[in-house]
Order: sequence, then C-alpha cells, then structure tokens
Amino acid sequence: MIKVILIDDEPLAQSIVTEYLQGYPQFEIVQCCNDGFAGVKAIAQHKPDLIFLDIQMPKINGFEMLELIEQPPSVIFTTAFDEYAIKAFESHAIDYLLKPFSKERFDKAIQKWLQMRNQVQVKPTHTALINEEIRQPEERNRIVIKEGSNIKIIPVHDIQYIEAYDDYVKIFTQKEMFLKKKTMSFYEQTLNPAQFVRVHRSYIIALQQLTKIEPLEKDTHIALLKSGAKIPLSKSGYLKLKSVLGI
Amino acid sequence: MLTSGVRNFSVRYLVLIYLGWWLIWMILQTLVLYNAELLPLDVAIKDAAITSVILALAGYIMIMSMRYYRPRQLSQLTWSIALAIGCVFLIRWTAILLLGEESDYAIFFEKSMVLRGLFSWLMISIVTVITWVYFYLQEQQEIENRKVNTEKLAREAELSSLRQQLQPHFLFNSLNSISALVGTKPEEARKMIQQLSDFLRGTIKKDDQQLVSLEEELKHLHLYLEIEKVRFGHRLRTEIEQQDETKKMVLPSLLLQPLVENAIKFGLYDTIGEITIRLQATVLDNYLHVRVQNPFDPETAQPKPGTGFGLNSIQRRLYLLYGRNDLISTHQNVNIFTTELKIPQPA
Repeated sequence: MIKVILIDDEPLAQSIVTEYLQGYPQFEIVQCCNDGFAGVKAIAQHKPDLIFLDIQMPKINGFEMLELIEQPPSVIFTTAFDEYAIKAFESHAIDYLLKPFSKERFDKAIQKWLQMRNQVQVKPTHTALINEEIRQPEERNRIVIKEGSNIKIIPVHDIQYIEAYDDYVKIFTQKEMFLKKKTMSFYEQTLNPAQFVRVHRSYIIALQQLTKIEPLEKDTHIALLKSGAKIPLSKSGYLKLKSVLGI
Repeated sequence: MLTSGVRNFSVRYLVLIYLGWWLIWMILQTLVLYNAELLPLDVAIKDAAITSVILALAGYIMIMSMRYYRPRQLSQLTWSIALAIGCVFLIRWTAILLLGEESDYAIFFEKSMVLRGLFSWLMISIVTVITWVYFYLQEQQEIENRKVNTEKLAREAELSSLRQQLQPHFLFNSLNSISALVGTKPEEARKMIQQLSDFLRGTIKKDDQQLVSLEEELKHLHLYLEIEKVRFGHRLRTEIEQQDETKKMVLPSLLLQPLVENAIKFGLYDTIGEITIRLQATVLDNYLHVRVQNPFDPETAQPKPGTGFGLNSIQRRLYLLYGRNDLISTHQNVNIFTTELKIPQPA
C-alpha cells in the first residue's frame, strides 16, 4: 500500500484528489489535513510515501510546513495561480498541479512519481526547494520553528539578532532563543536588507535594536544592542553597517 | 472660429473694446488740442481722428502679427519704435493732404512731431504689452486645460484598474471547487457556476465612478460570500447588520467586496478554526459608516495589518473619488481587527 496524506484548507479541493485517486487501488489516503500544523503531526504519525500539498494555508504555508519536517516525503503541490510558487518549485518538486486540474494531468503526475520511485530511491531534495531565493511574501515577515512537538511562529520584527551555530542558527528574540537548521547566508538573503545587516561571519543584527557602535581595539568594533548584547563587527561588517546607516 | 459661439462673442466683444479705447483717445486728443487753444475745433477733431485711426490700424497689425508669432522683447522694442515713426509720417502725410500744406496747421505739426512720435510709440507699446499678456494667459490656460485633461484621464484609468483587481486566486480556487462538485453533486456545481457568473458579471458591468445603493452593493457582496462559503463553509460565518436608513444610502460601486475579501483572507489565514466576519452599516452625520471585523492572532500578525493587507487600493480609490485620506481607518482590539469606512452622502 502506498500511503498518501492530503493537506489543503479547502475540503472540496481535497475531495477532488480523493476522487481522482479512486482509480488507483494501491494508493490509500491515510489522512486529510486542513492546515500545516495538522500536516506536520500526521506526517510524523503515518510516515506517508506521498503528500498532496497546498501552498496557501492558515498560519503557515506549504513551504514552511516542509521546513519543519526532518525527512519530508515526496510532494506534489496543488495550488491555484501563484507566480512565486511556480518559479520556486518548477525544478524541484515531483510535480505541481495548477487548480483546477484535469484527471489526465493528475494521472501524469502520479505516473511521474511512480516512475521516479521505481527507478532509484532518490527523493528530490526539498532543501534545495526551500533555499530558493524566491519566497512567498509572508515568509519574509515570519520564521517558523519547531520545538519538540510545538510549532512557533516568530514575527521577523521580534528578532534581535541571529548567531551562527554549527549547522544551525540561533535566533534571539527579547525573551527567547530558538534553534533553526538554516545557514547564515540564507537569512542574509531572505531578510529585508533595510532591517537586517550581516555584520560578521557569524552574526546578523536587526538595525532597530542597535544602540551604539564602540571601538574595541585598533581597527575592531562592537555593536551594542538594546538588550545589552554585544556583537562583534568584522571589518567588512563594520563598513557595511556604516554604509547602511549612512555615516 | 465658427464652432464656438462663446468665442465669437468674446472676439466681437474684444473688437468693440479696442475701438472704444481708440475713440476715448480720440476725444481726449481733441479736447487737449482745442482747450489748449492749439487748434480750432474742426481741425482738432480731424487731427485726432487721423491719428487715432492710423494708430488703431498699426496696433491691429501688431496684434495680428503677435497672434502667430511672439518675438523677444528686444526686437519687439525695435518693431514698436519703427512702427511709431512710420505712423507719425503717415499721419503727417494724411493730415497735410487733408488740411493743406501751407496752413498754420502744417507748422504746428512740424513742432509737435517729436511729441507725436513719443505718443505713438507709447500707444503702440501699450497695445503690444496688453496683447502679449493676453496671448500669454491664453496659452497658459490651454496648457492648464491640457494638464487637467491628462490628469483626469490618468485618474479614470487608475480608478478602473483599482476596481478591477479581481483576485486570480479566488477565481481559480472557485473553479477548482466547481470541478470537485461536478463529480459528486452536479446540482450544486451548476448553482455555483451560476453564482460565479452573476458575480463576475457584476464586477465588469459597473462604472468606476458610479454610486450604487448599499442594498445593491450588499446583493453583490452576498454573491461573493455564497461562493466563499462553498469553499470555506466549514470555517466561515458571516453576520451582516444594517440600519434601515442605510438601505438607500450610496457608496462607490464594488467597494465592499474587496474590503470583505481582505477581512476573510486575513481571518482565514491568520487563525485556525471557525471565524466570524461581521459587517455593520450605520448612519452618522450624513455619512454612511460601514464596519468590517475579522479575528486575527495578535501573536503573529504584522504590527500594522492595515497596510499590508490590501487596503491600500481601497484607500487610493477613496482618495481619487473624494480627495480625502480619512475615509478609511483600521484599529485592533485584542484579537479583532476592524476596518471602518466613512462614505459622504451627496446633499
């Protein structure tokens, strides 16, 4: 049996996939989810082979949901017109179905997946998809984090600074610190450059939080943040900060 | 010229003013010459008449030439001096021809040549300056008119594009719902096609600047909500309240639907579970007040949801139609986001 999970916030959109899948007795829909939170849970519980995933959903979108899953299953996106999405996953997802899609188009996607599965056990890397520079607009405003079984959404304006930590980054807000498996360059690229500056190989700071730049030794500087944190500035980081601040 | 009666009238009017102006100068000149006992009355009248007629013709030539070509100040000065000198000699020639070469008058004329020259130049200069100002103002007026027209066209185009911002998301997702219903509930699919068609028809037939009654606008909104409920029936509730007096009040067409669409999107995508969208219409100080409320999650929403959630185009439309920026406002209270519209009613 091939286990399938459907994740879409519109019940009718789920029902059309259900209907089309009736022609494939080897596929079993183990669960239908109405949002990404339920999706993360269901995927952890059932370990499906294939998911059908909508992009625009409540709270977190389809891309953000995938970020939260350690080893994501194969994904076929189902979405309405969405220029960002189309660009982003054209090269990476198994397939994407533009709503409304026909039975023929659906069959083609299933065949494609079956072929890929039979050839080699190579899953397309979702990390590549997620690292794509083209993001959904809302993703520039928030970061989604998984802590145990909890999912947290951090608004970008709450971030004070980001620090590199091996394969992870530490994201500091006023009250808490979060770990996220991402690279510094990813955040350097996706966060608004008018608000965030990479001041060091290991640090990105929020300009809003900056209170003071102090010399440390000859040629080296540190930045003081509102929270009292002291962030070292690299030589190029210091110059970049100065040019962003216009001094 | 024949195309505009008003313009014909104003040209005739200008000609009369011009002739009147010279008539006044003619009388003045006669009085000066006669009262100062320089010339007898009949000679004074003839002298003044010849002077005025010739200067009037010279002025006319100046006006006509400036109508198509306005030279720079310096060459204008040269022209007016040359014209003035020409005029004096022409006046002299004409006057002496009429009044006799040997008379006292001829001697008098010779004596007053310089003064006459200055007077002619002054008169021609006055005519020139007034003409110049007149054509200048007319040109400015034309430029102004063109500018106003261009702005009006741009405004109309912008209004039309703001109004036609139908969300492709909505259309494609609705078609997808219909596609799903066709297999299982064909009757409902047909009904939804009907509703979608009526809704689309409503969005294309209306004129941008047209005011419609709230009743009509709510009917259109209702079509939209019916479709959204097929898609999100499990989560979406709506409550519409209106005072009876508001039914006949007017507002720009297709204003409420994008406002509610915004609230639904904001509500549905920022929360999980059932949401209620509330719309209230009331009357206050001859303004139609429409309040739309949706729930949101204060933890994760943007600091200023009003700006990022598609209200900009509604604000812009209201600005273009009423020239005011205070007709739309937003506020949030715990987890309810409220958008409020104020629509001025025609007197």
